Amino acid sequence: MRFLKVLFVLVLCGGLLFGGFLVYAHHAPIETAAPPAADTFDAATIARGAELAAMGNCNSCHTVEGGPALAGGRALETPFGTIHGSNITPDADTGIGRWSKAAFSRAMREGVDRDGNHLYPAFPYDHFTKLSDEDVDALYAYVMTRTPVRAPTPENDLVFPLGFRPLLAGWKLLFFRPGRFAPDNVARDETNHGAYLVEALAHCGACHTPRNTLGAEERSAHFAGGTSDGWIAPALDHKNPAPVPWTQESLARYLRSGFDRHHGAASGPMIEVARNLSRVPEQDVAAMARYVASVMGEPAPERAEKGRALVATLESGRTPVQTTGSSAPGGSAVPDPIYAGACGGCHDAERGAIDALPLSLATAARLESPQNLLHAVLEGVHPRNPKAAALMPSFDGALTDEQIARLADYVRTEIAGEPAWRDVAGTLAKIRKGAASGSGESTK
Amino acid sequence: MSPLPHVVSRRSVVAGTGALVLSFALSRHAFAQQPQEPQNVGEEPRKPIPQPGSLKSAPRLDAWIRVDADGRVTVFTGKAELGQGIKTALLQIAAEQLDVPVGALTLVTADTARTANEGYTAGSHSMQDSGTAILHASAQVRALLVAAAAQRLGVPAEQLRTGDGRISAPDGRSLGYGEVVTAEMLQADAAPQSPLKDPARRTVMGRPVRRVDIPAKVTGGEAYVQDMRLDGMVHGRIVRPPSPGARLRDVDAAAVERLPGVLEVVRNGSFLGVVAEREWPCIQAMRRLAALAQWEGHSDFPDAATIDQTVLKLPSQNTDILNTQHMGTPQGRRFEASFTRPYQMHGSIGPSCAIAHATAEGLTVWTHSQGVYPLRGALAEMLQLAPDKIRCVHVEGSGCYGHNGADDVAADAALLALAVPNRPVRVQWMREDEHRYEPYGPAMVAKLSAVLDQGRIVDWTHDVWSNTHSTRPGAAGNLLAALYLQRPFMPPPPVPLPQPEGGGDRNAIPLYKLPRGRVTHHFIPDMPLRVSALRSLGAYVNVFAIETFMDELAAAAGIDPVTFRLNHLEDSRGRDVITTAAEKFGWSRPRDKRPGTGRGFGFARYKNLGAYTAVALDVTVDRDSGAVRVTRVVAAVDSGDAVNPDGIRNQIEGAILQSTSWTLYEAVGFDRETITSRSWADYPILRFDGVPDPVEVHILDRPGQPFLGTGESGQGPTGAAIANAVADATGVRLRDLPLNRERVRTALGPAPAARAG
Amino acid sequence: MITLTVNGRSHEVDADPATPLLYVLRDDLGLHAAKYGCGFGQCGACTVMVDGRAVFSCVTPIAALPGRQIKTVEGLGTIEDPGPMQRGFIEAQAAQCGYCIPGMMMRAQALLEQNPAASEQDIRDHLALNLCRCGTHMRILDAVKRAAALMRSARGPDAGTTVATDGAAR
Repeated sequence: MRFLKVLFVLVLCGGLLFGGFLVYAHHAPIETAAPPAADTFDAATIARGAELAAMGNCNSCHTVEGGPALAGGRALETPFGTIHGSNITPDADTGIGRWSKAAFSRAMREGVDRDGNHLYPAFPYDHFTKLSDEDVDALYAYVMTRTPVRAPTPENDLVFPLGFRPLLAGWKLLFFRPGRFAPDNVARDETNHGAYLVEALAHCGACHTPRNTLGAEERSAHFAGGTSDGWIAPALDHKNPAPVPWTQESLARYLRSGFDRHHGAASGPMIEVARNLSRVPEQDVAAMARYVASVMGEPAPERAEKGRALVATLESGRTPVQTTGSSAPGGSAVPDPIYAGACGGCHDAERGAIDALPLSLATAARLESPQNLLHAVLEGVHPRNPKAAALMPSFDGALTDEQIARLADYVRTEIAGEPAWRDVAGTLAKIRKGAASGSGESTK
Repeated sequence: MSPLPHVVSRRSVVAGTGALVLSFALSRHAFAQQPQEPQNVGEEPRKPIPQPGSLKSAPRLDAWIRVDADGRVTVFTGKAELGQGIKTALLQIAAEQLDVPVGALTLVTADTARTANEGYTAGSHSMQDSGTAILHASAQVRALLVAAAAQRLGVPAEQLRTGDGRISAPDGRSLGYGEVVTAEMLQADAAPQSPLKDPARRTVMGRPVRRVDIPAKVTGGEAYVQDMRLDGMVHGRIVRPPSPGARLRDVDAAAVERLPGVLEVVRNGSFLGVVAEREWPCIQAMRRLAALAQWEGHSDFPDAATIDQTVLKLPSQNTDILNTQHMGTPQGRRFEASFTRPYQMHGSIGPSCAIAHATAEGLTVWTHSQGVYPLRGALAEMLQLAPDKIRCVHVEGSGCYGHNGADDVAADAALLALAVPNRPVRVQWMREDEHRYEPYGPAMVAKLSAVLDQGRIVDWTHDVWSNTHSTRPGAAGNLLAALYLQRPFMPPPPVPLPQPEGGGDRNAIPLYKLPRGRVTHHFIPDMPLRVSALRSLGAYVNVFAIETFMDELAAAAGIDPVTFRLNHLEDSRGRDVITTAAEKFGWSRPRDKRPGTGRGFGFARYKNLGAYTAVALDVTVDRDSGAVRVTRVVAAVDSGDAVNPDGIRNQIEGAILQSTSWTLYEAVGFDRETITSRSWADYPILRFDGVPDPVEVHILDRPGQPFLGTGESGQGPTGAAIANAVADATGVRLRDLPLNRERVRTALGPAPAARAG
Repeated sequence: MITLTVNGRSHEVDADPATPLLYVLRDDLGLHAAKYGCGFGQCGACTVMVDGRAVFSCVTPIAALPGRQIKTVEGLGTIEDPGPMQRGFIEAQAAQCGYCIPGMMMRAQALLEQNPAASEQDIRDHLALNLCRCGTHMRILDAVKRAAALMRSARGPDAGTTVATDGAAR
């Protein structure tokens, strides 16, 4: 009897708490608005909105590769299931055509859609909340003047019970800090501008900062490296593993062109980022590079020296092999034949006819896991312009998994001179499983 | 002083009108000295027949047709198969006129030891020159054979029938061609008149006969010079400088000669190559040699971003190729527009290749050059050998679309072969060699203006600025390797190719009926980058300019662009082609004009002498990325007497897709010192994801009429149709080629999409 | 010595194990169909099949290939008795210069062996890795569709129960 009473009280309390939570979680819908006429916005605002949208990588989630711009449908694999980028064209029924500026602004700043539903933090409102009013207005002007596309967004496929959106209120309570960007009064204006673009808009941390078990960026480990789409997003702080330390100049070049000769070509999810940044003003990218370089900080003298030595070897036209093993330059010992025949033709400075990065300079060979290297070998490195040839072809099919694993090991130990990775074959198998479940590259 | 092509200003003739007469006289003189682009300057084919073609220069019948005593018939042509299907079409002509099955004929193509000198296989001339010669020669040979048989059989020639290589009398007696032929019979010159078969009785010409070369190509046959493997053959590769203007300072050749399998490192001035027993080790040795080579100096290229301004500023020789502006003063509204094209490359899929074999008797070169005789002359000059010591044999290569690296690699192979006598040396360029060292199609600018009065054009001017469109050999200085030798050769001074075919000014004179106008060719001798003939020469740019300008004028006049063209065109065959393309496309059908979609039209008669081609097409334009996709194409073509309709269709389809690639994607990249387009990653071309859904080609056959050159006729109309369709889709006119994503995106800007009704 | 199995036949090859397959096919085995186009895996002229997959032979070293099944255009049929893919290309007259065609055929063959019912979009997607400069694309599409139809009819209604006789579909 007493037990039942206790249970009753507990259920009642639980119910009240839950009810209270729902009240807390509840946001009222915002009235629909008629789609704004094309001449609502001035051309300069739209133009800036286009640049901001490029820096914000809206298309990375909201545009299917080769599909209509911003019409949604792109599947995003997360540890919590599949989320689909929504249609943000001004289509009245399937897009955001009836969203007022207030509704748009609430979604950007608070992660709540027009109907009052909480949005999943795959949409980086934890960054966008820092945007200025002016920039949110410009983004609104831009998206509302795109070609409307009728395209219903596919249902998400999330692990139970995450399909229940009010739970997100709890997530927000724990991790979400709304508020505008606060400039660092000590830093220079350009650095502040860069910091604003990187933190509020480009949301670099969404990939380059590790996330906790509930999928929130770890504040204490800002830019300490994360993951994206099965790729490692390397650390952008002082632990950045690039063999030749980045500078503001090399970062700016890489971000804007997708290529730097001492760091190689953007690959994986970074390709689209660089493609987007090729469309924005040089000074914005320069500011972003300046900020990121300031977060990385000056390299330790020893690291800087190593980097200089690698560059000097490269410039001298010899193959810069930093090796403990058999593939010394000068050709006395024989390099691994698969490396020599499949990779060397492009990646060895002596034999290469095109600007492929000597793998001794490759960040992918210095990461804690072979993921990125394996992705590149399996999928190739795709062009900056979709009509151009691949910068690197896929070797999937040409090499067996066993050969790929051995090749990765060779590059890691003999060329990068780093201790062997553990379980390359296992990582490869995991990538293949991901590919089989649909998140992998097509043959395109 | 460097002999490189970019240092040519000192050879430039002083610009201005005073130099015009001089340059004209010079060009005529130069033509007498060395073969230039149009070896056989086409004549307006007004009379339907006879048109002697290359019989003009090689009148003997046995230069074209030989009949052996065993009845075997061999057809000779000085033209070469470039993938355009010429072998099949020429065999069809001979088979038809000789009454011998195609399969029983042997065809010998361009070979300095065996065939007539027909200059270059270029300018869509093969059918006009060689096709016409073989047509007439075959008909005359058949007549001679029949006449001889008539005598032998005692039956009047009119009663004899021919078929399957035999001549039959009504009484059943018959003789094979081999039985009646005599040694002297075909040593005669061609007669002025030919007993051509009545077109109505044809069984082979005008039929879509399958290409004779395709089966070997799809089953791994030895189909290309790249595939030839001669006994004792070795491999060569060339180390090209990092910049065209660099000079070799030093190289440790001995280090490479020590490598296993390396036979020889060949150095002559700044020309550096290596010969090895096997191909892959040869490539490895070449890479090693490249790493060891020390170069100095570099080219001094202009800024690629403002190449159009550079083109306009270089000294030019100006020639009015049309001027009727003395007549009246135009009334009405004046329109002006300026069009540009960057350097574009041939971009053969198979890098250029040649095999050279030097023996005590002389030098034999197997080559995919478009002109074996001119190449022989250039090699003779470079190597200081008598021309009769050199034999150049054409063997098919990868498609070339003009003057690519074919002749240059032949020179490379010859130089290496002389260093390892008695071993055939096969040289194939690497991809980066082909991209960086082929002679490009020149950057060009065209400025047009017109006066419109009551829907009609009453005045028209067209100024076109261009380099030469032919630096083909004939002279040693036209061979890449010769520029780098210890004793280098100078490229001969470039000369404009004369009208009516023209070079940079090809198709600059509109076919439209215009009461008053001026067309001026601004010929620029200085060549910042090495350039030469690229499919259709200046016609691509001139037709692009004229045909997009016509659309602009039509829009200003408020007249449908097809109607506007017809209003200004009297040429009935041209009108037929335009109306056919428009009808098959459904131009006049009402359409649902959705945002981001558009349609365009383009028309030209190639060189105003060759085939008539009209192209109508649909595009989609993605505002966000700037990507243009051609979705549907309908073309109509009048090639005169259509010998192989499927061959014509294949050529026009190819022209449409290649021109789509030029128009949407292509520009050679270069910085101030060197070429930066080194592979397909730096020089994107059309891929399957950009290919239209359907491409329809309608042929207006004209049996019995002269053959009209077709292979290059689709380039200009397609480019114009695309630009017109993009304008229709977006409301924005793009006049600078290529219409790539960046250009389109920038031109459209992020302003709201036009919500066209 | 490296042992390679090409078109079902075994060959002993005496070459540096780093040598790309392309050069061994052309120079040592006399198989000309695969062509050198770029050496970077950008154009597909060198495409052959390895264990049923289309690969760029210009960047595939022979060291990777012992024990694996290599197939080239020469393995699809002969000039006297062309296989369905080759017949598709002949019937569609799908060549101008033809240099890219063997690579196109092998990539298409790999696709059709994996997916005999490949759609036109599938064919376009796969062939996008191979370049053609003459602009023969429309005919290549037509040829591959014809080849697919020929393979289907050769396989007959009870596909998969017996070994196909044309040697191409398996």
